[in-house]
Amino acid sequence: MWKRDEAVKPTNQPNPAAPVVPTAPASAAAAPRPDSGRIERDLVNIGKSVVIKGELSGSEDLTIEGHVEGKIELKDNVLTIGPNGRIKAAVFAKAVIVLGEVNGNIAASEKVDIRDGGSVDGDVVSPKVAIAEGAHFRGSVDMQRKTGQPQAGVKTSESPKPADSSKSAVAAQPVVAQAAQPAAH
Amino acid sequence: MALSDLFSRLKRVDSDSGTGATSAPVSPTKALGKFVAGLAGRDAPVLLDLGPVIGSNVSFFGERLGCKIVVEDLGKDIDRHVSERRLAELPRFFEARISRPDESVDGILCWDLFDFLDKASAVPLARQLTRTMKPGGLLFAFFNTHEQKPGVAVPPAAYTKYVVVDGTRLEQRSYPAARGKQRPFQNRDIQKMFEPLRITHQFLLKSHMREVLFRKPMPGDPPAPPTI
Repeated sequence: MWKRDEAVKPTNQPNPAAPVVPTAPASAAAAPRPDSGRIERDLVNIGKSVVIKGELSGSEDLTIEGHVEGKIELKDNVLTIGPNGRIKAAVFAKAVIVLGEVNGNIAASEKVDIRDGGSVDGDVVSPKVAIAEGAHFRGSVDMQRKTGQPQAGVKTSESPKPADSSKSAVAAQPVVAQAAQPAAH
Repeated sequence: MALSDLFSRLKRVDSDSGTGATSAPVSPTKALGKFVAGLAGRDAPVLLDLGPVIGSNVSFFGERLGCKIVVEDLGKDIDRHVSERRLAELPRFFEARISRPDESVDGILCWDLFDFLDKASAVPLARQLTRTMKPGGLLFAFFNTHEQKPGVAVPPAAYTKYVVVDGTRLEQRSYPAARGKQRPFQNRDIQKMFEPLRITHQFLLKSHMREVLFRKPMPGDPPAPPTI
């Protein structure tokens, strides 16, 4: 299931054996430029051609335009799935904005916003959920008035369709990116 | 013209004058408020919506009830069977369509789905819905009472999206359907189809639609009077 052979064939990295950890380049990309003289908001993009398999976590707002399979965890930040983004993962974030395609459960502590053209196949757990006209949604929405951690990725027997059984196994693995370019732009 | 009609027209003009407003008709609803009130006291209720996904409805029910909402657009299933010319298989399909466990749902929103089903398909679906409802659970549905007269032009087949404006009003947006409304069910047929559910409220609307609220009896409830 976990294919180390599929790891990036690094062309510009000193250590070919080391797995790519997206949070590191993401932080680097998001760091304020020394010459800017002002604090920029942390914002990281994962580009169209980037494929990530595994667990993706971080402490910055993130926009995904590429493909991610596994688990995404940004508990205190906003995750945006761009129009080109294709996610097959359990997603945990503070807020999730979907303009692309998500196949998996989403749990957000603040809000899930599925915009026009966005598509979600999975269960959504969040105190606020917005689904635009023109969005595709198949699954359940849980807006229970309770405090505590959301339960994304936890499928019950009540769920309308089965979750991808490979998710939980993949989630514990380190991230391996399949890309010909750095994960963060 | 009744005063209430004037007010409803004024409200419609007001709502249409804003930006992004639609010209879809808005009609009053009495049963929806009772449906929401009946589920309001429940702890984390589960709601099954058999219509298309409507974001504002999800927000409305989610915020009012703090519930889990499962959306299963059965209109798409009907359309698929029509387009694949497999309508004869629809009754058997509905026997297994609702995969939820017994007595796991607190409320069901059928909207006007049953108007698009003949009796052969409606009966197994109703049986599945009653099976999944918890005792004390509520089911909200519309039933057409107006039979198409022969010789009168048949309107194009269309589903209706019922968008909740508030607890007392629904906006109705039409969109194309592969199959038109079927022959209306008699009240007696509706009662029998949904047994052991009981009709707690029903309202006949000016649009010839009957709003019906069903409730699944609790174990200690007295037996229902026999259906004539």
